[in-house]
Amino acid sequence: MARRGQRPQTVSGVAMRRLILIAIPYLWLFALFLIPFAIVLKISLSDTVLAIPPYAPQIDLAAGWQGIKDFFGALDGENFVFLTSDDLYWKAYLSSLRIAALSTLMTLLVGFPIAYAMARAPDEWRPTLMMLVILPFWTSFLIRVYSWMGILANEGILNQVLTWTGIIDSPLQILNTNTAVYIGIVYTYLPFMILPIYAALERLDGSLLEAAEDLGCSRTSAFWLITLPLSKNGVIAGCFLVFIPAVGEFVIPSLLGGSRTLMIGKVLWEEFFSNRDWPVASAVAVVLLLILVIPIVLFQRQEQKQREAEG
Amino acid sequence: MTKTLVSIAAALAIGTAAMAEDVRVYNWSDYIDENLLAKFQTETGINLIYDVFDSNELLETKMLAGGSGYDVVVPTGTFLQRQISAGAFQKLDLAKLPNHQNLWDVIAKRTAQYDPDNAYSINYMWGTTGIGANIGKVTATLGADAPIDSLELVFDPANMEKLAACGVHFLDAPTEMIPAALKYIGEDPDSKDPAKIEEAAKVLEAVRPYVQKFHSSEYINALANGDICVAFGWSGDILQARDRAAEADNGNEIAFHAPKEGALMWFDQMAIPADAPNPDGAHKFLNFIMDAQNMAAASNYVYYANGNKASQEFLNEDVIGDGAIYPDAATLDNLYSVSPYDPKVQRVVTRIWTRVKSGT
Repeated sequence: MARRGQRPQTVSGVAMRRLILIAIPYLWLFALFLIPFAIVLKISLSDTVLAIPPYAPQIDLAAGWQGIKDFFGALDGENFVFLTSDDLYWKAYLSSLRIAALSTLMTLLVGFPIAYAMARAPDEWRPTLMMLVILPFWTSFLIRVYSWMGILANEGILNQVLTWTGIIDSPLQILNTNTAVYIGIVYTYLPFMILPIYAALERLDGSLLEAAEDLGCSRTSAFWLITLPLSKNGVIAGCFLVFIPAVGEFVIPSLLGGSRTLMIGKVLWEEFFSNRDWPVASAVAVVLLLILVIPIVLFQRQEQKQREAEG
Repeated sequence: MTKTLVSIAAALAIGTAAMAEDVRVYNWSDYIDENLLAKFQTETGINLIYDVFDSNELLETKMLAGGSGYDVVVPTGTFLQRQISAGAFQKLDLAKLPNHQNLWDVIAKRTAQYDPDNAYSINYMWGTTGIGANIGKVTATLGADAPIDSLELVFDPANMEKLAACGVHFLDAPTEMIPAALKYIGEDPDSKDPAKIEEAAKVLEAVRPYVQKFHSSEYINALANGDICVAFGWSGDILQARDRAAEADNGNEIAFHAPKEGALMWFDQMAIPADAPNPDGAHKFLNFIMDAQNMAAASNYVYYANGNKASQEFLNEDVIGDGAIYPDAATLDNLYSVSPYDPKVQRVVTRIWTRVKSGT
């Protein structure tokens, strides 16, 4: 009797636990993504005023329902219209996308061979190699970017070594140019490229390559036909991990870049700090998010369709 | 485990709630003799938390966001004026500031244009914006008669084209650079007319290709190390670069000149945010800073003039006697000051500035 009574309870207990388990990530996303986004969206629909905080309207909860109605009535999309009135914004978006795309490509070109070598290395070396990739994270990101300033400056280490060895006569201007930005981004985001590719390559079944060789496939074509397609997911994950933060990057271009480096992160900073225009700054951020999210969603749909077609 | 969590929670609570015996000061970078900070702590027993910034815009955003957690902040006059009207500051309680009598009426009269009756702020330092030059490198490039005391050095493309090779930095502050460019073409530096500002932009755009970087603090080190040979920047910062170069004995001789056409005079004012967690402690800090000897120590260290009359007898000769820091009456007449832009003109100015810097 007792046993029979227990059974439905256990089922609902499991269901409950499952629900809680699923609820945690959703709550996390809700609290740390959706709510902040709603706040930014709300500010992007507001107007700027000289006050604390520097935008209006505020929700007047004391006025009850009327206050909420007034609040929504005062919101409008004029800041988004404003963004289309000046070519600065789309130029900055385009320039950011270009810089991010190019540096993602360069990170891939540098990162793939490293990941490949790591995956090919003897088993006992791998933990050490892995450690070496992660090691830079133990130093503050800011300090690492600052040390690049020391390396790349006109009187910096690189130029001194090059002058000393007689390779160049006058110092190369690298710091405060786009070249320095590319170096900074590739350096900073390299581990984010290496790790997912390494994870994909490590899982790769070696017997597939042996089979290819047995069937008369050269090493190069085995790489193109087997290794590369099987590491595709790692490559894609790595590219996203590099590309997305690089588009909105602010610290690297502002420290290493010159004033000609036009990136949306800097434009956003200027709207926010120099113009004190939080609403337009928020509108810039909302558009940036859409620019990033829409292609990713489309891409994932495409992937899903492909998988379904294959399955 | 629980114990760790409790102590972490306690640490966080201290971190955010700012206990009564803390005073949090937010000042410009390289702007105080750090011995003074230790002295304040020993004298008052108050724990001093000292943070720095290098742009008025950054400070203003924190002020307008509210809840910055700072007790004393140091905006420049034009920014102070706007923040006062936004309600960001509280009035000073003069009863808690006995050293207030040390202040210099000449400066107080000028700062009153930003803060009527000086009700919200005291002057910390003031200075001019001008030209820092590495004498050796500039004369090697432009010859012995290089106009190092004239705006021609930085606004004449012919000069700048040659100087580009050894490196030029400009302040990343349109509120400093646009008035200077207006002065160069003989217009009112305080002009709020977008058409006039546009003309100033043309001056800046003509020399833009030869400017290596627009930045408001890096030039101190860059000048001192010889990475650049000219900076358009703040007087005391350039004088600090001069001293760092002399200390390093690296062969770089740096000099500051206020442009003979006229230089911008600015005032950095100490004020107490309206929502300061410890306004009492903030007053104690202001009173400490207004002490004649303390203020003199600060000026002796950072090479900026201060608004404290009583401190002048304690100033080193290379500070009070240096015309670049304490200008004589004739030079003082040649200094101009500016007022804040309204939001519409501000947007034009920022947009022009972005265009000047990025070419877009």
